[in-house]
Amino acid sequence: MIAPARRRILILKGFLWLLLSGPTLYLAYYWQALVVTGDPGPMGANPIEYTTRLLGDHALRFLVLTLAVTSVSRLIKKPWIVGARRMVGLFAFAMVVLHMLSYVVLDLYFDWMAIGRDILKRNFITVGLLSFLMLLPLAVTSTKAMVKRVGAKRWQKLHSLIYFINILVVIHYAMMVRGNRIEPLIYMMIVAVLMLERYFHARKTLK
Amino acid sequence: MPIIQKPDWAIGENEVTPKSVYLNRRTFMVGVGSAALGATLPSSSLAATGRYANLSRQDMAQGEGVTDQKFATSYNNYYEFGTDKSDPAQTAHSLITSPWTIDVSGACAKVGRFDIEKLIPPSLLEERIYRLRCVEAWSMVIPWVGVPLAKVIEALQPTSNAKYVAFETLADKAQMPGLRKGILNWPYREGLRMDEAMNPLPLLAVGMYGDRLPHQNGAPLRLVVPWKYGFKSIKSIVKIHFQEREPTCTWADTNPREYGFYSNVNPAVDHPRWSQASERRIGEFRRRDTLMFNGYEKQVAHLYAGMNLKKHF
Repeated sequence: MIAPARRRILILKGFLWLLLSGPTLYLAYYWQALVVTGDPGPMGANPIEYTTRLLGDHALRFLVLTLAVTSVSRLIKKPWIVGARRMVGLFAFAMVVLHMLSYVVLDLYFDWMAIGRDILKRNFITVGLLSFLMLLPLAVTSTKAMVKRVGAKRWQKLHSLIYFINILVVIHYAMMVRGNRIEPLIYMMIVAVLMLERYFHARKTLK
Repeated sequence: MPIIQKPDWAIGENEVTPKSVYLNRRTFMVGVGSAALGATLPSSSLAATGRYANLSRQDMAQGEGVTDQKFATSYNNYYEFGTDKSDPAQTAHSLITSPWTIDVSGACAKVGRFDIEKLIPPSLLEERIYRLRCVEAWSMVIPWVGVPLAKVIEALQPTSNAKYVAFETLADKAQMPGLRKGILNWPYREGLRMDEAMNPLPLLAVGMYGDRLPHQNGAPLRLVVPWKYGFKSIKSIVKIHFQEREPTCTWADTNPREYGFYSNVNPAVDHPRWSQASERRIGEFRRRDTLMFNGYEKQVAHLYAGMNLKKHF
């Protein structure tokens, strides 16, 4: 018999697992269709660009979602949903890795010279790489065992990097778009609202 | 210069790669040159049943393989109809392409409003297969149908004050949903130096793939300047103006740090945010090296002799 507390978090995580796997499964299906039939289907005329962009879009959304879990748990007064936060964060990390792989493997096909040049020249790629490098220690220290090893206080400090990472990723996106687009501004606003919520909550509890 | 002699870029259809060889390039083998994603058609297999079926044809992409028509008509930058590549194909149906008139003005004898049929005489139509290279570092090979811009300009009799020719796209909020957003400084405008415009290459196109231009490709009349980045090939032209000063060009106007008046395809001059040394040919898996002037160096390099192309990008 599973205790109700454990059961409800398992159901939530199961549901999120399916939902967050969506984009990857979608791409996997259509890439296999492309290899077999030669038809890119919904990926369109430039499937490599489509793939890198889809993975990037969802990496950003999952990162913002990770930030949002705690705020949402307070909003709907269900603190237990925070138990799903690690999973969401790791999915975000996985999407970031896939997004980078799509760029390195599919787009530039391991042309390390071109990649090196891009990192130095294309500033938005420098920013993206920086976000990944900051996200890496968070992913590595995500397990319970690591929390013990690092120590709760230091772990908390390290993982508060998620705020800065979110800002960097939105900047990465804003630097990449052409023309005057509104989407980066929308993400900026969402991140700002979430950070404000955290700030006011911290002030309240530290009084 | 008499246009009677056969230009050096004109090759016969018998030199085009056989269809079976092209179709067998569609393999996804990693490491084998440029394997194909989706089909590229050899120019000899173009349909001979469209509106513009029996025109004189010149392959100026040296048999590199024409891009699949379904990609050319579904992957478009036409911000007046939305900023996603798939938007124009879905929303450009609202464009009314007939009747269509072009206002000619400025330093020329034939000022006035022209029906498109008057400006582009059907008897002068020809088909040309050109590479088109987007500034975003992707490219296609498209069989355009049109009249050389030089011939149209000659007929309009520009005066000696005409140092540049400027073009303008339709900007009708009722027909174009993208105009509500200030993504670019509307209306869309472009221009060429007079000697660039009189070069044999630029085409005023009314069709592609043997048929009329689809709306998302800039119907009913667009410019094709194959040695410059694609945004200079202005779509849905409603105005032609001859002038003395360098014209305002929308992308250069909106973001002058990144887009300049000349915008010649040049692998040695990077965009501030990305390299222009290579490109993705739509339909191919591996990237290609970008060619100087998009492979039209022989025809246009002399226009820029002595010019610092890093400064005049």
